[in-house]
Amino acid sequence: MTANAIIELRKVGKWYNSYHALRDVSISIGKGEKVVVCGPSGSGKSTMIRCINRLEAHQTGHIIVDGIELTDDVKAVEKIRRKVGMVFQNFNLFPHLTVLQNLTLAPIWVRGMAKSEIEEIAMMYLKRVRIPDQAHKFPGQLSGGQQQRVAIARALCMRPEIMLFDEPTSALDPEMVKEVLDVMTELAGEGMTMVCVTHEMGFARQVADSIVFMAEGSIIESGSPAEFFENPKSERTRQFLGQILEH
Amino acid sequence: MSKHSPADQAPIPTAPVPPAHWAASYEEEPTQASTPPQANGMTALKPFGWAKDNLFNTPLNTALTVACLFLLWLVVPPMANWLLLNASWSGSSEACREAAGACWSVIAVKHRLIFFGTYPYDEQWRPFLACALFVAMLGASGVRAFWRPWLAVAWALTLVGMGVLMWGGVAGLTYVPNDRWGGLPITLMLSVFSIALAFPLSILLALGRQSSLPAIRTFCVGFIEAMRGVPLVSVLFMASVMFPLFLPEGVTVDKLLRALAGMTLFTAAYLAEAVRGGLQAIPKGQYEAADALGLSYWQKTMLIVLPQALRIVIPPIVNQFISAFKDTSLVTIVGLYDLLTAATVATTDPEWRPYFAEVYVFAGLMFWIFCFSMSRYSQWLERLANRYTRR
Ligand SMILES: Nc1ncnc2c1ncn2[C@@H]1O[C@H](COP(=O)(O)OP(=O)(O)OP(=O)(O)O)[C@@H](O)[C@H]1O
Ligand SMILES: [Mg+2]
Repeated sequence: MTANAIIELRKVGKWYNSYHALRDVSISIGKGEKVVVCGPSGSGKSTMIRCINRLEAHQTGHIIVDGIELTDDVKAVEKIRRKVGMVFQNFNLFPHLTVLQNLTLAPIWVRGMAKSEIEEIAMMYLKRVRIPDQAHKFPGQLSGGQQQRVAIARALCMRPEIMLFDEPTSALDPEMVKEVLDVMTELAGEGMTMVCVTHEMGFARQVADSIVFMAEGSIIESGSPAEFFENPKSERTRQFLGQILEH
Repeated sequence: MSKHSPADQAPIPTAPVPPAHWAASYEEEPTQASTPPQANGMTALKPFGWAKDNLFNTPLNTALTVACLFLLWLVVPPMANWLLLNASWSGSSEACREAAGACWSVIAVKHRLIFFGTYPYDEQWRPFLACALFVAMLGASGVRAFWRPWLAVAWALTLVGMGVLMWGGVAGLTYVPNDRWGGLPITLMLSVFSIALAFPLSILLALGRQSSLPAIRTFCVGFIEAMRGVPLVSVLFMASVMFPLFLPEGVTVDKLLRALAGMTLFTAAYLAEAVRGGLQAIPKGQYEAADALGLSYWQKTMLIVLPQALRIVIPPIVNQFISAFKDTSLVTIVGLYDLLTAATVATTDPEWRPYFAEVYVFAGLMFWIFCFSMSRYSQWLERLANRYTRR
């Protein structure tokens, strides 16, 4: 498994000042694999996936993405950010740009693509997330679910090999969760490598190849959905599942 | 809701059929709901109804209204008499002495001196043309349809044209050294150039203040705080008197240029603080989204952060512009003739000396026209900037 891993974390440690946020986190994710990360609030899930594209810097251990090790080297960070797309809990669309401009900005400036070419591709992605008619609106004019689908399309326009999702549905009204999960499920079906922090256990069961459970900055256990849900190894996991599956 | 039995819902007044004793009022409701009751009253009684509702609705308001009317009656008629009705509009200073009102003939006689200072009298069409060109270009630059690359080309040509007109020395124009310039051209050029140079500088200072490099941060904070800690007058003095002492023997920098540098640095420090306010208002998520997409620092700054930050701070920025425009009148202390100084000089003529008030009213009006235009323009710009980002 480690041989063809596209994301590899080896004994990663991370501190916020004196607060120890990640403790010896090791995980290896293969190409095309879908990993769902869950765990109680404050357990370091966001911190871990934000280390993968270096929105946060780790202090000890190694993170290797597609053969490139993440260090202070700006060039390496740039290369990795082109390969890795990210979707945030709060969408983080650019409010002063139209939907189409949100999608085309990075391909034009970072990849140097021609405007007409990327606009065509952007429209294709907007069709895939089922909002081509909103292309010329501003983000503030869309619903939360629509905004999050724009955010997914924006990340896809950079043609990433890996997609990171940090609780993409937790800021959404319940009736909009499904439209976003549907898009993500479709993406998973196309073979994208995905790391997804979410508490949508239905989605996890259906899509994930493996589920990672974190608590207090460490990975407590990981395994296939079947193992994880039917036969959790640690008491901590059972407790968490008990709480989350109650609703 | 689904747990409620029908019996629970019965007393809720939203039930479609009201109880029998409501029937009378229920009939009337639709007509009342279609037009708000105040609107009816307004159209019927306007404008007396409006005055009654807003000016005389309580004893206190009535008293205040009466007091205000009394004050207006005290102030407005004498002012109108002095400014307009009893004013003398043309003729000699003798005619003015007889008139009870303002003496506007002083403006008719002295306006060339007020506008153009000591610029050679026969050549004053040149600064006039230069100012007209400059104001026209400023106006054109405010029009959205003209925000095209050729506007920059037009500006370059305008600046060259203005230089030729003001200095001369080519194309058969006599040479006029810039220590003879004065009045409106000085005020306009000093303010516009210092603002135009200070604005980009202030953005760099504001960005530098947030830099992760300690050397840059310390320099920017030090510069901003040093400039904000001293009055403009002393900055102008330093630029004009002390700065030449640091220059090597034989090198001189023009007085006008030194004043411009002083104004620019001073304005930049204040603007930088306004811009910083905008930068701080941008949510962290915007930076993260830009980083995650692989944008470089300058791409992120120019494409994502500044366009949003500057929109937010249009009002305080324009505030600084207006204040910089008025501050140009302080360059008089380093011996430059701006509009206000030229006006003061105009009052020194013994024949027209008694009418200095009229001259200052006129100079004030000139300042007001420019400042008020800036203020109105900023309101339009704000609406334009917010039109798309708000729902
Ligand atoms: N920028 C920061 N500075 C200091 N501490 C931080 C910072 N970001 C996160 N932390 C702390 O690190 C810990 C892990 O945070 P993280 O956001 O990774 O948790 P999480 O598992 O994503 O939680 P949630 O489910 O609430 O999003 C928390 O205790 C948090 O308070
Ligand atoms: Mg989180």
